Amino acid sequence: MEDKKLDSPSGAGGYNHTKATLALAKASFRSITRSPSAVIFTLAFPLIFIIVFGFIGGGGIKLDVAVAPGSDLNNPVIIALEKTSVIRLTKNDTQENIDKSLEKGAYDALISVEKNPNGLPAYFTNVKYTSASLTNGNVLKSVLNDIAHQLNTVNQKPAVTEIRATTVTGRLHRTIDFILPGQLGFSLLSTGVFGTAFIFFALRQNLVIKRFFATPVRRSSIVLGEAIARIGFALLGALFIILIGHFCFQFTLINGALTVLNMLVLATIGVIVFMGFGFVVSGLAKSESTIPPISNIITLPQFLLSGTFFSINAFPAWLQPISRALPLTYLNDAMRKVAFEGANLWDVKQQILIMLLWGIGIYAVAVKTFKWE
Amino acid sequence: MTDRKAIISVSNLVKHYDDFKAVQGLSFEVYENEIFGLLGPNGAGKTTTLEIIETLRSKTSGEVTVDGLNIDTNASAIKQIIGVQLQAAGYYPNLNLVELLELFAGLYGTNISPMEMLAKVNLQDKAKAKYKELSGGQKQRFSIATTLINSPKIIFLDEPTTGLDPQARRNLWDLISEIRNSGTTVVLTTHYMDEAEQLCDRVAFVEAGKIIALDTPDKLIDNLIASGFERKKEVKAANLEDVFISLTGKEWRE
Repeated sequence: MEDKKLDSPSGAGGYNHTKATLALAKASFRSITRSPSAVIFTLAFPLIFIIVFGFIGGGGIKLDVAVAPGSDLNNPVIIALEKTSVIRLTKNDTQENIDKSLEKGAYDALISVEKNPNGLPAYFTNVKYTSASLTNGNVLKSVLNDIAHQLNTVNQKPAVTEIRATTVTGRLHRTIDFILPGQLGFSLLSTGVFGTAFIFFALRQNLVIKRFFATPVRRSSIVLGEAIARIGFALLGALFIILIGHFCFQFTLINGALTVLNMLVLATIGVIVFMGFGFVVSGLAKSESTIPPISNIITLPQFLLSGTFFSINAFPAWLQPISRALPLTYLNDAMRKVAFEGANLWDVKQQILIMLLWGIGIYAVAVKTFKWE
Repeated sequence: MTDRKAIISVSNLVKHYDDFKAVQGLSFEVYENEIFGLLGPNGAGKTTTLEIIETLRSKTSGEVTVDGLNIDTNASAIKQIIGVQLQAAGYYPNLNLVELLELFAGLYGTNISPMEMLAKVNLQDKAKAKYKELSGGQKQRFSIATTLINSPKIIFLDEPTTGLDPQARRNLWDLISEIRNSGTTVVLTTHYMDEAEQLCDRVAFVEAGKIIALDTPDKLIDNLIASGFERKKEVKAANLEDVFISLTGKEWRE
């Protein structure tokens, strides 16, 4: 049907379009908060990942080393190892269990120390590494060399050189600093795509929109009201995720409230772009059951390839161009730069620009595919 | 009923869908403050005609004015003075009746008390219920409540009693009569001739996109009898629906 609203905005009797838009926004917001799928995808799902990664992350590398049964425990080597924070010593395991665990890589190495009955050196340290855990084995090797060197050079003046190492105190980059922006991006993607697709399909299918058209409301008010509600809900969700991350898992907000504000601006841009995909899906879907598969075609690749869980630098070279074509990649990237590096919005203008280009492209498609009836 | 003022006038209305000629030159007037019925079989063009007058559908040709406003140039003004109940329309998901009425108040730009609106259709005790939890009769009454929000001059009801049991149907007739008595013009479509006979002040028979008869139910019946028509079966003082109602009671079930 064609748009016939040729009258002036006020029409007869001073009709108020803002009031209509806000009434729609309020109705939509109420509806979203009562929709289980919206709450699960926007809040529960990302929070579960954040909690899981928040607890397992942060500790850095740990080496599991078994001490051979019957090994001497009261010697400087074991004492030094116990004081090394990256090493977790297990002293009372059985030989059989140790062998099995080494094969699986559950232990990174087996160590035994024996006293030299013939005098010097005072102790022999025997280490058995496992091919199941070579990287950790190499770390252990250098830890042991370091300990051996320190123990061997007690009270000796170095003949050639002494290494004086100092470490710059940097910001601790926790797992949460990587995971949270990714989960936030995913939350915005789900809200934008699934939520928008479902609601506009349902409104069209159940003739809700047709009934709206029998009132003086404008089409733009319907879209705008829906957008306000969805963006509002997404931003509340984002704020909630950021605050949980910050206060429970020490998510870094380098400039405090200003960082949060910048993140919310990025979130708004993100959700507007993702809503464009939702409009397209609602237009393409022939039935309610085709919405999830079509939406997944859009969300799943971005979930996996846009650096939500892993840095895209870890992907094989042929996959990286695909990752670098997706809008979520740039949202995640910008979020991380803003949150951890303290970048301002101008510093991430390239990422914003690419998201906006996606936005223009997807809304051009949406205008073609969207159906009111 | 004589020489009354027309509030809707339709002349030579034509609507073609590609090859299908849904409406072929309809002309009729609806008078102020009457219940006007569009009768006819499925696919006769009743709903199409209604939706064109409601400004929801474009016409191919013809003239339609609603309360002096032309549908081509004043659609928005017309929407503000009419109330529309669509066949099988749903409502915004996850909202209760009060919240839906608040939404419609916003869409019409009016301030109403949702509870008063619900009281008009006797649904106060369902205020916190969702639309989909209502029975068939309750759904129709709620739909009618949404048509009354903007205190319209005319309401359009598309098959309001289809699928309802006899009690709910009679209950709805009472409601529609009350609305007419309070000064609102009602235009409705129906398949049920007993309903049209009891409820409508005037009816138009639509067949294949054309009006084949238009008058008061009484007059149309008298005309038929005058032409020598006689029912094959002797008419009894009551029919089977009267039996049903007297057996099951007039009380309306939820």
